[in-house]
Amino acid sequence: MNKTVNQKAWFFVIPVFVLVAFNAIIPLMTVVNYAFQETFGNNQFMWEGTRWFKQILVSERFHAALGRQVLFTLIILAIQIPLGIFIALNMPKEGIGVPICLVLMSMPLLIPWNVVGAMWNIFALPDIGFLGHSLNAIGFDYNFTQQSGDAWFTTILMDVWHWTSLVVLLSYAGLRSIQPAYYQAAEIDGATRWAVFRHIELPKMKKVLTIAILLRFMDSFMIYTEPFVLTGGGPGNATAFLSIDLVKMALGQFDLGPAAAMSLIYFFIVLTVCWVFYNLMMRNESQS
Amino acid sequence: MSKITLKDLSHSYLKLQSKDEDWAIRNVNIDWQDGGAYALLGPSGCGKTTLLNIISGLITPTRGKILFNDQDITSKNPVERNIAQIFQFPVIYDTMTVFENLAFPLRNRKIPDEEINKKVNEIAEMLELTPTLQNRASGLTADGKQKISLGRGLARSDVNVIMFDEPLTVIDPHLKWILRSKLKELHQRIKRTMIYVTHDQTEALTFADQVVVMHEGQIVQTGTPVELFEKPKHTFVGHFIGSPGMNILPCKINNGSVIVDDTKIENFNSKISNQNFSKIELGIRPEFISFNDDGLPVKIINVSNTGKNNIVETESKTGKIKLITKASEKIPEGSAFLNFKKEYTYVYGDNWIVE
Repeated sequence: MNKTVNQKAWFFVIPVFVLVAFNAIIPLMTVVNYAFQETFGNNQFMWEGTRWFKQILVSERFHAALGRQVLFTLIILAIQIPLGIFIALNMPKEGIGVPICLVLMSMPLLIPWNVVGAMWNIFALPDIGFLGHSLNAIGFDYNFTQQSGDAWFTTILMDVWHWTSLVVLLSYAGLRSIQPAYYQAAEIDGATRWAVFRHIELPKMKKVLTIAILLRFMDSFMIYTEPFVLTGGGPGNATAFLSIDLVKMALGQFDLGPAAAMSLIYFFIVLTVCWVFYNLMMRNESQS
Repeated sequence: MSKITLKDLSHSYLKLQSKDEDWAIRNVNIDWQDGGAYALLGPSGCGKTTLLNIISGLITPTRGKILFNDQDITSKNPVERNIAQIFQFPVIYDTMTVFENLAFPLRNRKIPDEEINKKVNEIAEMLELTPTLQNRASGLTADGKQKISLGRGLARSDVNVIMFDEPLTVIDPHLKWILRSKLKELHQRIKRTMIYVTHDQTEALTFADQVVVMHEGQIVQTGTPVELFEKPKHTFVGHFIGSPGMNILPCKINNGSVIVDDTKIENFNSKISNQNFSKIELGIRPEFISFNDDGLPVKIINVSNTGKNNIVETESKTGKIKLITKASEKIPEGSAFLNFKKEYTYVYGDNWIVE
């Protein structure tokens, strides 16, 4: 194929380039700038090389935050994905129940993050909140502002409430696209309910579940607003996930250099995990 | 292995039925003999698939009974009925290999492994799937997948009936013919009752010994392909089978003889007595009409050559009449007279043949 060489075509790329530059490249480069230099304000910078990166990578504080973050994300995925699939499987397939369920399911998704945090904060307050008060009334010693276990429990419950619907809606869409003939054939073949799930429903949901897991991984790994409003990272540092710790470092202590290095490491982790996961799923796809 | 009887069967997808159109299946009575090859033929939406799903137990009929060997099984589920059904779109289990797919219905029935191995290899051999047995089923072509669906139906040796719901829809035309002859061959080999649903008359007529024609939820005629062609019991059968279909002409009854355009037409019934029909028509296939010196006067309006034959379109006072003549035969110009073969000319009252 002989392609026409016309360098003028680059002009067409300019609008996109400008757009991407302003919303991604320039902010990211600013962070890169801070990550390799030391500044004392007044636009004075000193080259520090990889010092901040080394500092972050060996810092116990970072390890602890990363550990909490990984644990939180794993718990979230372990609860929300199976629960979402389970709810989707049990949702009505026709009739008036369908729109009712869909609207009910969508509602948590429509509430802004900080509102969710504030709602749950009040809901869970041990003295006046419905959840907190009820738990104490039936004999649990529950106080999410004092006890780290309770703080974790509340944060996870809040996230499950807020985001399981996303998994439900995606799984439901996947389930609805399965031809009735599959179920009929399985019925005739004498398949058990489990076999229908394992060999028909799960494989047919694979694509939407890949998307659901990716989205839930990214969102939960980068979670900030809800725990910030709910617990503020406390008690102590019990719920200080990566992003909360990052903001503390950058805006609380004004350690811009280490914070920038941490952002880049954080970004790199998210990117790598998504890339590896996506490629694994797609490799299976091309094999089959 | 059994005889299947449908008794006074009606089904409606609506909760309340007020008129005939509310019924997907209306008052169906039929016996399917053990080991027969049947085709269920009719246009889209006539109730074929509904009837099939009622036999397989996927749908419970609103009224009536289904009997297998004179035993009422209306309330039994598909597994208890022990039937096989092949759907329009190939149904395969993506995560399994071809072997596992074929073994799946057997494993669900807790059949010992050696027996499964033997059976699957036998089926694979029959369907020419042996080379791909260990491959993932999802990688196969559409006809390969449909063969797997078929194989799962054949894997159980004791099924009462194998039903096909337009199984060749997604298959390439040149493979359709091969698969169809494969089915025919399979039927002769395993001698099991097969019901083949289709809207394609060629498929129905080539596959089946007995063709059941459905129209608006009713069975209008059951017969061999020859019977359906030579003596349609309902104008729909005349119209639907054959190309071009039967000519249907409005006619009058006068003193027991049939009159079209003031011309007396000799027909299969020498005398028609019953006149209590709201509509009375004459049916004659284009194959049984010829030009004559005397008979029904018509004008010739169009001739199309199909190679061996000519299809001549003529117009009488009451309507258009098509006839088929040999390509070698000379066609008169302008006006002509038509002669209907007496033994193939039928009178239909309210669409049903008058006998």
